[in-house]
Amino acid sequence: MTTDPPVLSLRGITHSFGAVRALIDVDLDVHAREVVAVVGDNGAGKSTLVAVMAGALVPDAGEVVVDGQEVRLSSPGLARQLGIATVFQDLALCEDLDVVENLFLGQELRRGVLLDEVGMEHEAWNLLGKLAARVPSLRAATSTLSGGQRQAVAIARALLGEPRVLVLDEPTAALGVTQTAEVLTLIERVRDRGYGVVLVSQNMADVQAVADRVVVLRRGRLNGEFDAETARYEDIIAAVTGASPPRGAGGGSS
Amino acid sequence: MSAINQLGLTRSAPWQQGVWRDRGLGSAPVVVALVVIALVFQALNGAFLSPDNLVNLTLQSATTGILTLGVVLVLLVGQIDLSVGAVSGLAAAVVAVGFMQQGWPLIVAVLVAVALGAALGAGYGWLFTRLGVPSFVITLAGLLVAVGLQVQVLGDTGSVNLPYESWLVRFTQQTFLHPVVSYVVVGAVVVGYAASRLQERRRRELAQLPTRPAAEVLARTALLAVVVAVPVWYLNLNRGLGAMVVLFIGLVAVADVLLRRTRWGRSMRAIGSNVHSARRAGYPVRRVYMSAFAACTALAALAGVLSAGRLAAANQGTGGSDTNLTAIAAAVIGGTSLFGGRGSAWSAVLGVLVIQAISSGLTLLNADGSARYIVTGLVLALAVTVDAVSRRDRGTTAR
Repeated sequence: MTTDPPVLSLRGITHSFGAVRALIDVDLDVHAREVVAVVGDNGAGKSTLVAVMAGALVPDAGEVVVDGQEVRLSSPGLARQLGIATVFQDLALCEDLDVVENLFLGQELRRGVLLDEVGMEHEAWNLLGKLAARVPSLRAATSTLSGGQRQAVAIARALLGEPRVLVLDEPTAALGVTQTAEVLTLIERVRDRGYGVVLVSQNMADVQAVADRVVVLRRGRLNGEFDAETARYEDIIAAVTGASPPRGAGGGSS
Repeated sequence: MSAINQLGLTRSAPWQQGVWRDRGLGSAPVVVALVVIALVFQALNGAFLSPDNLVNLTLQSATTGILTLGVVLVLLVGQIDLSVGAVSGLAAAVVAVGFMQQGWPLIVAVLVAVALGAALGAGYGWLFTRLGVPSFVITLAGLLVAVGLQVQVLGDTGSVNLPYESWLVRFTQQTFLHPVVSYVVVGAVVVGYAASRLQERRRRELAQLPTRPAAEVLARTALLAVVVAVPVWYLNLNRGLGAMVVLFIGLVAVADVLLRRTRWGRSMRAIGSNVHSARRAGYPVRRVYMSAFAACTALAALAGVLSAGRLAAANQGTGGSDTNLTAIAAAVIGGTSLFGGRGSAWSAVLGVLVIQAISSGLTLLNADGSARYIVTGLVLALAVTVDAVSRRDRGTTAR
């Protein structure tokens, strides 16, 4: 698969919430131009892992390496600066604001003291055009968009800061069949533009459709890593549910 | 333009993507309601649409309108201020007592009153953002405190008169724009509008964005010219445009630009729409809340100062009874949502015109205050229902 050094690398990440061990010695590598799926059952530690990558949570132990440099992701802003953009499950959009306003939320372009609406709309065209994302109107309130279109807006916004890695938390959880397909196509386009994508999902069909590698979390531990091309659906499910002994017992990415 | 085609947008309707956003019906229902109200009252009493009555109506609208503008700001961030009436009463008392009894220069008294209002609002904002007390409780407490302070400031007499020759009273009662000046202002507004629209259109063309046809820009400018010039001409048949009215409209125009075209305004709407998203987007949420509360009470205090001028007195009744609810009702009737995130500065103008038109019409019909309360209450209920239903509908299409 990819031989370049990973863009983002997690080493021995361990974190507890009180007596609950949410993550135990988890390793994860993300390379440019690949989709790594992180799957697991409820409570497997997926959300905690997302929080660590997003900079929303500093783990008890373990290191985060970005571009070969060990870093401390102590805030979401810092994570973004280091090129890790996260789209949370709730998308963090403002429903009453329109597409352009949401894309530039908190990072508006200005001309003098006034907002540069023309500039922002121009950028929005370019950005959505690159992703070939369809929205009915750039000036429609986000509340009028479908779930898939909102996901596209949230992803486009995450890409605005030119990140290296895009972390997507359950991007298809609330979507219908067509919209799921749109979002998956979008994820492939994002990968093909050279970004590393971490896709956190519970949906095996989605994962098999777009992922290059599948990493399984079970009860906070890595419980197998699969090549999405060759892995059998049953094996992944077995690793998720613990129905069989973990394959490749050293489990972790290399 | 290829990007545009890729996006599958219909270029036949470019104005739908314009920065002039006409979402849903916009303000059309309120304008229609205003026309209906005017026609009904005109049919019942021929004096309603007389220039004299309309001049009075605009003067009455100005103080309530400034209160309403403040309420709009607080509603936009999804909060409420129930104390605007009381704060305006307190400010009126401070101006009158400071000027007449303490011997402060009038301008100092005015500034002290407005600063006091802003400080109160900053206090609300502090309690709300730091301690998480719900705004309706804080401002209800603030209402009681302000009413109490108002009575104490006024002292034993309970009423302080301002001399007719003071500039505050002259400004609010007798100052009108000279007709020539008023037409120059109208002309400047229309030309300024057209110029900014054409400039924006050129920038959009350069950026290869969809533009409206030039003819449409001209048509809109012409419409604006009619909408502004005709009322000014009609009011000029009588006393004309009151200085206070011009101040009100000017404040609304400034607030409109701040809300639509600055980061602060964008953060106001974002916070009212979804405060968690706004916080994650990096807006200084606490400071924005504080600014909204402080701007609201500062405007309320200014309205109180002006109403003291208009009455040439401050008494215990200033800003009392239904002032609060009228201002909140006007904001909602004008189209600002009670649920935050949606609304515009101009809703203060439309809403206050509806309320004052009803009030003025009923007065002409010799109806007493009770009828005015009932009708205003019903109109408010209608406006809030429309707001709630439209919010519910958006909610169902959204999820």
